[in-house]
Amino acid sequence: MRYSVGVDVGSTQTKAVLLDEDRRIVARSLVDTGAYLVRAAERAYEKALAEAGVGRGDVGYVVGTGYGRFKVAFGDDQVTEISCHAKGAWALYPNTRTVIDIGGQDTKAIKVSDRGEVLDFAMNDKCAAGSGRFLTNSAEALGMDVSAIGEKSLEAHNPVRLSTVCTIFVETDILSYLASGKKVEDILAGVHGAIGSRTVALVRRVGAESEVTFTGGVARNVGMIRSIEEKLGIRVNVSADSHYTGALGAAIFAIERMLAGAEVMA
Amino acid sequence: MTETKEIRYQGHLHELQKQLMGDYYAQLTAIATGKSDTKNAHLLIAGNPVELIRAFDMLPVFPEVNVLQLAVRKQSLPLIQKAEELGYAVDNCAYVKADVGLYLSGYQAPYGTIPKADLLLCNYVGCNVYLNWFEHLAELTGAPAVNIDIPFVRSADGEPSPGDVDFVVKQLEELIVQLENITGKSLDYKKLQRTVEYSALVGEMWAEIKDLTKRRPAPYDAYFDSVTMMAVLYCLRGTEEAVSFFEVARRELAEKAARGEGPLPEERFRVVIEGPPPWPFLRVFRDMFSRWGAVAVASTYSTVGGIWEFGFRHDPQRPLESIALHMLQYNLCNRTFLQRYDQMARYVDEWSADAVVIHSVKSCRLFSAGQGDMREYFVREREVPTLLIESDLEDPRYFSQAQLRNRIDAFFEALSQRRLTAASDAAVAAEAAR
Repeated sequence: MRYSVGVDVGSTQTKAVLLDEDRRIVARSLVDTGAYLVRAAERAYEKALAEAGVGRGDVGYVVGTGYGRFKVAFGDDQVTEISCHAKGAWALYPNTRTVIDIGGQDTKAIKVSDRGEVLDFAMNDKCAAGSGRFLTNSAEALGMDVSAIGEKSLEAHNPVRLSTVCTIFVETDILSYLASGKKVEDILAGVHGAIGSRTVALVRRVGAESEVTFTGGVARNVGMIRSIEEKLGIRVNVSADSHYTGALGAAIFAIERMLAGAEVMA
Repeated sequence: MTETKEIRYQGHLHELQKQLMGDYYAQLTAIATGKSDTKNAHLLIAGNPVELIRAFDMLPVFPEVNVLQLAVRKQSLPLIQKAEELGYAVDNCAYVKADVGLYLSGYQAPYGTIPKADLLLCNYVGCNVYLNWFEHLAELTGAPAVNIDIPFVRSADGEPSPGDVDFVVKQLEELIVQLENITGKSLDYKKLQRTVEYSALVGEMWAEIKDLTKRRPAPYDAYFDSVTMMAVLYCLRGTEEAVSFFEVARRELAEKAARGEGPLPEERFRVVIEGPPPWPFLRVFRDMFSRWGAVAVASTYSTVGGIWEFGFRHDPQRPLESIALHMLQYNLCNRTFLQRYDQMARYVDEWSADAVVIHSVKSCRLFSAGQGDMREYFVREREVPTLLIESDLEDPRYFSQAQLRNRIDAFFEALSQRRLTAASDAAVAAEAAR
């Protein structure tokens, strides 16, 4: 059996997915990226191999993706995470026509063909406003763990309206709401609503064609799912593997290239 | 993927340009250091009336050309910061700040010394920030400032009214009186006609050169290589030197086209590029396209100083009227955004482009506002794959290499993938037909 691996070196976390020849996920791994991208890629790769009980010699092709894709030293090729999220989302939900990916520093809306090809995409600019980091900073300002804020936001009855999507200024906004006695859940609903609006604006740029699949680390946040669904007026697909979508897409590119003798897209 | 390290983008034409521009800056330095009493006017690129300046044997100085060269040499940031210390905002036009910073540094640049202006000629075409720029320079340097008020093109057909043309001609006549006062000599009308004729010749050759990129492969990059010729087009237009330079350029590029040579080992994608380049990272930025075999076959940036490819020529029989038309109608910045759409759509169709790339400039909202709609227009209404990216033309702080590369890679990845799918579909269909 020959395996293929996708390694997604993101700004916050590094993910790896190992596929068998039938494109079934055999193993997945997740590590914090930190300052040493080469090492993070290596650790994620090793972890996935260990989980699958597979040796390096059994891996036929590795594709690196994410910001650190050129640091996947053992990789055979690199593909941007835009192509990989499109491919991964399409593999998880073949009717996907629009992908929303919210990562640590980037928010992307991708229009996808019925074969998982990228038709168009829109992203936030150099500023990280409205990305995963916005949620992390908001959680910190409220003294909460980022994994808890989505659930908490659903308890809101009177969501506040944030004056900013700026990752820096959101803390001032939150403090002033706390000072005026607003409830934590109402502030959090405002936080999620702000990112939701910004994300949906990006989606409208490429056209919000159904089905919409939500990927990336932030897709684990139920508050974000709710906010985006409300604003789009439709349900969105969220897989248990949403966090691994980029790595999965990379692994599929890897298998395609392995089978095509590495000629695809080169 | 093409390995870009080995690519030499610059050839004989670039050497020739360097020599001409070197001579030009030597003349400016001679004025600045008191070795020449030639008069000079500082003016702006967009729709520049350089013929009038040359007719008085004065030299044009283009602050934009001065500061972009500093950016290419990675020397713009300290100058920008010098201007910010004076109170200029972070998001203020970085060209303005770099030029103010350059003045505050004694106008000393690595390529020469810039003389203080005898006349600050704000040929106000399409940018009101530039009006303030020259007002600030007037205050800082004490030089006399003149603003030529150029009405925006605002009619549906893109034509200025006869009243618009008269309005500009009248101002040019007033400008002539001022130039007479500065130089102490009367306008030599025959000489004006001659400079306008030189411009007409250059315009003709520049249009022919632009036509060459309709070939496959394009013999040069109409964005990155055009800038080599644009320096001469602005700084030396209206002179015999410019005519000779463009004769060489036309011949060399036509020969390259005939030999089937392009700027890259392989031309895989033909793109139209909108917006000025990120000067502080020119090579890095170009490599991002070269890696994918992407060549610009047309660019709007090469028309900021004038649009010649669609037929406009200066007319020695009507020198002032044709200068007025150039300023009003035949340059990118004085036109409406819908005209810019049409111009780009013509490039896509007539130059057979695969895609449009929009490089948006963070410190110039005037030029960039509306580019989101432009992207939508090309993607939705014309179904042309279009990429919108953002950095800056002068301020290196806005350039994020990883982010730009990510977007450019994703864009060309998608184009490659779709091309591959289309090819395999065609092969399957051909097989089935057999």
